[in-house]
Amino acid sequence: MKRILFLTALFVAGFAKKTFERDQVLRITAKNEAQIFLLKELSEQEHLGLDFWREPVHESLPVDVYVPFHSLQAVRVFLRYNQIQYNVMIMDVQDLLDDEEREMVKYRTIPRSTDDFVYTAYHDLNSIYSFMDMLVAENSNLVSKIVIGQSYENRPLNVLKFSTGANRPGIWFDTGIHSREWVTQASGIWFAKKIVTDYGRDPVLTDILNNYDIFLEIVTNPDGFAYTHSRDRMWRKTRKPNSGSSCVGVDPNRNWDAGFGGGGSSSNPCTETYRGPSAHSEPEVKAIVDFVKSHGKLKAFVSIHSYSQMLLYPYGYTSTPAKDKAELHELAKKAIASLQSLYNTRYTYGSIITTIYQASGGTIDWTYNQGIKYSYTFELRDTGRYGFLLPANQIVPTAEETWLALMAIMEHTRNNPY
Amino acid sequence: MKTFCSVWLLLSLVELSPAPPASQEPPLACTGAPDPAPPQPETAEDMASTGDLEPTHYPARRAAQVALHYLNTHHGSPFRVFGLQQVHKASAEDVAAGGRKYKLDFSVTDWGSGSATMNKSSEEFFSNTTDVLNIAGPALRCSADVLFPRTERHSAPEVQLHCEALHQINSTAQEEDAFYQKYISPDSAVSARDIPDSFGNVSEEMQPFWRLARVAASFIMLRESSENTEFNMAKVASVTQQESSGEQLMLEFVVLLHDLPSQVTHKHTHRLWTLMDTEAVCVLTVCVCSAGDRSVEAAGVLVSRQRRQGPADRVAAQMPSRHQTPKLTL
Repeated sequence: MKRILFLTALFVAGFAKKTFERDQVLRITAKNEAQIFLLKELSEQEHLGLDFWREPVHESLPVDVYVPFHSLQAVRVFLRYNQIQYNVMIMDVQDLLDDEEREMVKYRTIPRSTDDFVYTAYHDLNSIYSFMDMLVAENSNLVSKIVIGQSYENRPLNVLKFSTGANRPGIWFDTGIHSREWVTQASGIWFAKKIVTDYGRDPVLTDILNNYDIFLEIVTNPDGFAYTHSRDRMWRKTRKPNSGSSCVGVDPNRNWDAGFGGGGSSSNPCTETYRGPSAHSEPEVKAIVDFVKSHGKLKAFVSIHSYSQMLLYPYGYTSTPAKDKAELHELAKKAIASLQSLYNTRYTYGSIITTIYQASGGTIDWTYNQGIKYSYTFELRDTGRYGFLLPANQIVPTAEETWLALMAIMEHTRNNPY
Repeated sequence: MKTFCSVWLLLSLVELSPAPPASQEPPLACTGAPDPAPPQPETAEDMASTGDLEPTHYPARRAAQVALHYLNTHHGSPFRVFGLQQVHKASAEDVAAGGRKYKLDFSVTDWGSGSATMNKSSEEFFSNTTDVLNIAGPALRCSADVLFPRTERHSAPEVQLHCEALHQINSTAQEEDAFYQKYISPDSAVSARDIPDSFGNVSEEMQPFWRLARVAASFIMLRESSENTEFNMAKVASVTQQESSGEQLMLEFVVLLHDLPSQVTHKHTHRLWTLMDTEAVCVLTVCVCSAGDRSVEAAGVLVSRQRRQGPADRVAAQMPSRHQTPKLTL
């Protein structure tokens, strides 16, 4: 990486932007001294324009060489002829520089305000927590941060509270309960900014906020999220070790006390849908349970996942229809119509158990059974083409269309108090 | 012209090579994490979905995905991969021999077109269009019968598929030829990881490799599917070009397959190679190995692709040895 930066600096400083298209970096493994000697000879062929990032020194050490495109064929023929083993380390240097440029441009400045923040990129935990603090600082009359608990690894579980008055009923959104579903946390950030932007401008949202508080937990599983950045992009669960097993983590969406232990969840700690040793055993889940119970006046609860493009209502643990199924179904239909109106993204909707799969111990089954009628789960974009690895340039379109559905749900909640 | 052609799967080789005793080394070096626990079986209620099915619910959708995998094994290429757009109608019935047969009416789109918009920078993207990125190409209407057998040991579903206007969609023969020519060159040594990367990026150059991996993965996904699974390819962990022998372009893919109901991502390694020869009969051989005890069974998966129309059919008839004794080369 340093080498690339050095090269970039060198060339950019010296010339107008040079292109490195189809240039490659080869890693060569010489197997004896004779081959090392040959490689040294090769390095002396100036017309080839080679740059040895690691010089040929000894057969136990790899030799890395930057090969401009015009010399590629000759070098490979040379290596093959002499039966010198190599593989391509960097297939196209220009691609790599482009990628790096993109990343550097995105992170060129640490944002000084939420207006600077890059909503069209994925961010790590620190950046998201900084965003939250900035948002609160910029909108202290509207937004505050509540810490509802600590994750297993002692990270704060932060919830943004949007409120214009005291003792209001509330609406809850959470994103990122499954850490690999990156478009959800990214959308959560966008929702937060959208709320502060639209309050006082959009009459519907303003009316909602004048009567309800909105609670938004953007990184609901911060340990898992940090792990997706540092070790395993596909990590889903929490990061709590399981006693008696080498496997880590509990599925936080199977850990709720609603049909806990039933079909569609697993008793095996090594599985992705492991329910945990007992309901609410995960601090990330318990924190929300405690918050919901102590608040006592939440009227809508939306838990956001990806992928599949679905809007789902209870139940997941039983095929017995929810008491309010008809109303929930109609509202889902309306919400999806709003969503689709923006970019023509197709969603399906229905109860969890019929539409996606049986799942017991799920979040919204519990919240529904607590009396929060408008309990919904989203599965955001896409339908499997990129799956969890949704390109960053789809973050904002996804957030925008989803917001329309959330507005439909909030509006209905507002118009149908209970 | 040399092309990737339509594909059929020769299962006979699998029967000829029964799984050896556990002590025997599989012929391919299969690497990967051991398979995690299998998906949880679903309730009796779910099993009983027969008659007319709600098209947006999972039983119909899973069957349609199976038909999609089948479609991609036959008509996929580095420039064409189909995705499910919508299920219009579905029904299911239990069959006498045991098993359930689904009848489906659904639409698919080609993910291959629309790749031009895939990697626009956000500025370019938003300045030109508010078009969504996840719909690509016109829709094709298809009908399929999908039979999930009920056997002691899992066996692959059987699919019969018909799509309207399949042969009218724009041929990708030129792109396929260019792709083959580019990478068959002796200099070529493609080697890449993480497609897409964590941020969903796929470079222009890697797009055909992603699609090819997806097509090859369709063989595995098709074979492994049941009424309790719903597979997608989560990513290509790596692609490594192997040394070509003669005219064979050989690639090794390691892919991650994601199953929706169990939420498991399975790792699979497969090798894929193509032979394009002057008689315009091309053989796309997919040798599939996966971690776990199914590795040897998988080793026998062989695919032979033949030109859709024209001289190759005659040529193929004259060259029975190519097709009746499928070659399993490593």
